[in-house]
Amino acid sequence: MREAAIAISGLHKAYTPGVPVLADFDFELRRGEVHALIGSNGAGKSTLARILTGLTPRDGGDVLLHGRPYAPASKRAAADAGVIMVLQELNIIATLSVAENLFVHDLPQRWGVLDRARLRSDAVEALRRVGLEGMDSTLPAGRLGVGQQQLVEIAAALNQESSVLILDEPTAALTGPEIERLFDHVRRLRDEGVAVIYISHRMEEIQRIAGRVTVMRDGRRIATHEIGAVEMPQLVREMAGSEIAARRAPVARPERREVGIAVRHLRSGDAVRDVSLEAFRGEILGVAGLVGSGRTETLRALFGAGPFDGGEVLLGPEARPFRPRRPSDAVMAGIALIPEDRKRDGLLPGQSVADNTTLATRSRYARGGVLSHAAEMGAAGGACDRLAVKRDALDQAVEALSGGNQQKVVVARWLLTDAEVLLFDEPTRGIDVAAKETIYELLDELAAEGKTLVVVSSDLTELMQISHRIVVMSHGRITGAFSPDNWSQEAITHAAFAGYNRGETAAA
Amino acid sequence: MNARRILADYAPMFIIWILLVLWFGAMSDNFLSRRTLTTIAGQVPPLAIIACGMTFVLIIAGIDLSVGSAMALCACVLCTALARWHCPLPVAIFLALVAGALVGLFNGVVSVLLGIPSFIVSLGTLKISFGLAMLVTHSETVTVGLRLEPLIAPVPPVLGLPVSFLVAVLVVLVGQVVLSKTVYGRYLVAIGTNQNAVRLAGVPIAWKKISVFMVCGLLTGLASVFFAARLGGVNADAGNGVELSAIAAVVIGGTSLMGGRGSVVNSFVGVLIILTLDAGLAQTGTEEFAKHMITGFVIIVAVTLDAMRSGVIAKIRRSFSRKAAVE
Repeated sequence: MREAAIAISGLHKAYTPGVPVLADFDFELRRGEVHALIGSNGAGKSTLARILTGLTPRDGGDVLLHGRPYAPASKRAAADAGVIMVLQELNIIATLSVAENLFVHDLPQRWGVLDRARLRSDAVEALRRVGLEGMDSTLPAGRLGVGQQQLVEIAAALNQESSVLILDEPTAALTGPEIERLFDHVRRLRDEGVAVIYISHRMEEIQRIAGRVTVMRDGRRIATHEIGAVEMPQLVREMAGSEIAARRAPVARPERREVGIAVRHLRSGDAVRDVSLEAFRGEILGVAGLVGSGRTETLRALFGAGPFDGGEVLLGPEARPFRPRRPSDAVMAGIALIPEDRKRDGLLPGQSVADNTTLATRSRYARGGVLSHAAEMGAAGGACDRLAVKRDALDQAVEALSGGNQQKVVVARWLLTDAEVLLFDEPTRGIDVAAKETIYELLDELAAEGKTLVVVSSDLTELMQISHRIVVMSHGRITGAFSPDNWSQEAITHAAFAGYNRGETAAA
Repeated sequence: MNARRILADYAPMFIIWILLVLWFGAMSDNFLSRRTLTTIAGQVPPLAIIACGMTFVLIIAGIDLSVGSAMALCACVLCTALARWHCPLPVAIFLALVAGALVGLFNGVVSVLLGIPSFIVSLGTLKISFGLAMLVTHSETVTVGLRLEPLIAPVPPVLGLPVSFLVAVLVVLVGQVVLSKTVYGRYLVAIGTNQNAVRLAGVPIAWKKISVFMVCGLLTGLASVFFAARLGGVNADAGNGVELSAIAAVVIGGTSLMGGRGSVVNSFVGVLIILTLDAGLAQTGTEEFAKHMITGFVIIVAVTLDAMRSGVIAKIRRSFSRKAAVE
C-alpha cells in the first residue's frame, strides 16, 4: 500500500453562508498516481484546488500532506511544501519575456542584477521539456498565442520541485502533439513518485492519463473509480446526477445548397496566408487545425477585427461582396463572432447579465435614444431563457455565473442580432459537459433555422460530432476538406500538419 | 424596487453631506445663515457643471486635466467679447461655449484617434488654453462689472436660489438621465468597462468617446459663464486648480478612475461636500494649512470608504492572490 500524498476528510467550504461549495468532502491522493477530478462547473473542483494551494482558506475539515497536517496560508507556502498548481486561467505577465515568466518565482540574480545568461539557458531547458525547443525565450509572453502561453505556464510549474502537482484543464488551449508532450511529462513525474491531480472535462484524456478518477458533484465526492473499471456513460451519469442522452448526430444538412459565406484567398497578417472556404446556409462548417494555424485570425479578419490584407468575401446566395473593415460593418452585414477569450473580448465584468446580453443590440430597445427598461429586460430574458442561462436574476453581475453560463450570455448577445453568419471560436473551451450540451443543441437549432455556422474547435471529437463538413487549417492555409463519409481523426490530423511540411516554415 | 435602488445609490452621499452641514452648523454660529448658504450656492454651479462633464470622461476611463484652464479661457473669451469686442450677451456666451467645445474636441480627437492617453493630451491643452487665454486678454484682467449679474440673480419662487444654481441642477439631472437611461450613456459605461468587448459587439466607439470629451469641453464653457458672472471679471489663471477640485468631487462621488462606474448625481453631491467643507472650515476659523490637509484627508477617506463598499478592495486582494499564484 502506497502512502497517501494527500488525505482529506470532512473538508468544508462555503463562500456564502449556507451555500457550501465543498461539503463533507473526503479524498485520498496516492504517491505516484495521476488522479483525475471530474464534475460539472460548480462541482467544487477549482475550490478544492485553491484550498490545496493556499489561495482560499477552508472552513473546516482535515488535510494531511504526507501524513502531516497541512494548511497553507499562501500560494508560496503551498509551493514550499511541494504543492504546485497550473491554473486554468492564464497567469502570464504579458510584458515580461517568456524566460522571465518561467522563473518569475525565483529569477536568477547576482547582487540583485538579473543573470540573463543563466536565465536564458535555464529557460531553454525548461521549454525543451514541454516541447517548445523552437521558442524564443526573450520574446514578450504577451506576443504568444493562448496555446503557447498555456505551455509556458505549464513549463513554469513543472520547473519547481513538487510532490503534488495540480493541473486544472491544462489542455484547454493545446493541440494533439502538445498534449502528447504534456502527457509524456506527466507520466515521467508520476513514475518519479509525484502525485498528480488532473482536473479536466475531456473524458478521453482522463481515460488515457489517469489511474483513478473521482467524480464530484455539488461539493461532494460521488465516487472514485479505477479507470479500467468504469465506463464513460457511468461517469457522465454520476457527474450530471441524471442521465444525459448520448450526443446525437447533427441536424440533417439542408437540401438546397445556398452559400452563406464564401471566402476566396483571404490574407491577414502573417497568420492567414491563403484561405478559401465556403459555408452553406443551414450548415455547420467545422474548422480544425493546430493552435497557431491561423483559425482565430481568419475569423477575426472576416469579422473586421483583424487586418484584411487581401482576398474576397461574398455573402449569401446572391454573392454580395463584403469587405470587413471594422466589427460594426460585419454586424451590419449580418456576421457575428463569438470570441475565443470571452474575458478579454466578450464580457463586461461588473455589469449585469442583461447589460451583457443586450450589448450588440441596445439601440433596438430605445425610443429617441432613451432605453425602455422593460423592452431591454424582455429581450435579455428571452435570449437567456433560450440558452437556459442559469442565473438568479437578470441584474445579477455576470461574473457571478459559471464559465459555461458566461459563455451562453455571450452567445445570447448574438442571438438578438439575427446574424445570418455566425463565427464561433472555441465555443466550448473550459465549460462543463452540461453547458457544452446546450451549446451543441443551440448550434443545431441555428443550423436548422438556416443560419450559416463556422465553428473553430481544437477538440476534434467534438468537431466531428457537430459539423456537417470540416475544413482543416495549417500554417495559414486550408489543407483539407472533409465530409462525414471520408473523415477520420487520422486524416484530419494529417492535414493539420500538412502546411508545416512544405519547407517554407523558415519564411514565417 | 426602483425607489429602493435610487435610495441605495444616492442616499449615502446626501446623508454624508447633510451630516457635514449639521456638524459645521454646530461648530459655528454663523454657518447655518442665509449668507453662508447663499455663498456656497453661488460657488456650486461652475464646479458642478464641470464635474458633470468630468464624470462622463472618467466613466470612459479617460481624464481631462484641461478643464480649469479651459474654463478660464472660455471666461476670458466671454468677458473680452463683452468688454472689448462689444458683442451682445448671447453672442459672447455662444463664443465661450464654442471655445470650450473646441478644446474638448481637440482633447477627444487627439486622444481617441491618435491613441494618446487623455492624461497627456489634456495636460498639453491645459497649457495651450492658458496661453490662448493670455493671448485673448493680453494678459490683463478683463472686467465686465454687473453685465452678467442676471445669470446669478436669485429666483425667489425656488428658495431664492440663483439662476445659475438651477441651470447646474438641470445639467446634473439631464446628465444622469443620459448616463443611465439612454443607449449612448449605457454604451459609455460599457466602453469604460471593456472597450474590446464593445468593439467586438460591433458597436462603433471612436466618436462616442470623442463626443464625451467634447461635451466635457462644452460644459466647461457653460461653467465659465457662471464663473465669470460671479467674479465680474477674469484673467488667464482664474481657473487654476479647478480641474483638481472637479476630479476630487467626482471621485468622492464614487466614480471610478478606471472607468465603467459612476454617477452624475453623486458627483454633484461630491461638489457640495467639497464646497461645504471649504466654507465650513473657513467659518470655524481653521487655519489655512489645516484646511488643505483636512480637505486632502477627506478625499482619501471618501474614496477608501467607497472602495470598501463596492468591494474593489476584495478585487484587489483577489488580483494579488492571483499574482502570488505566479510567484
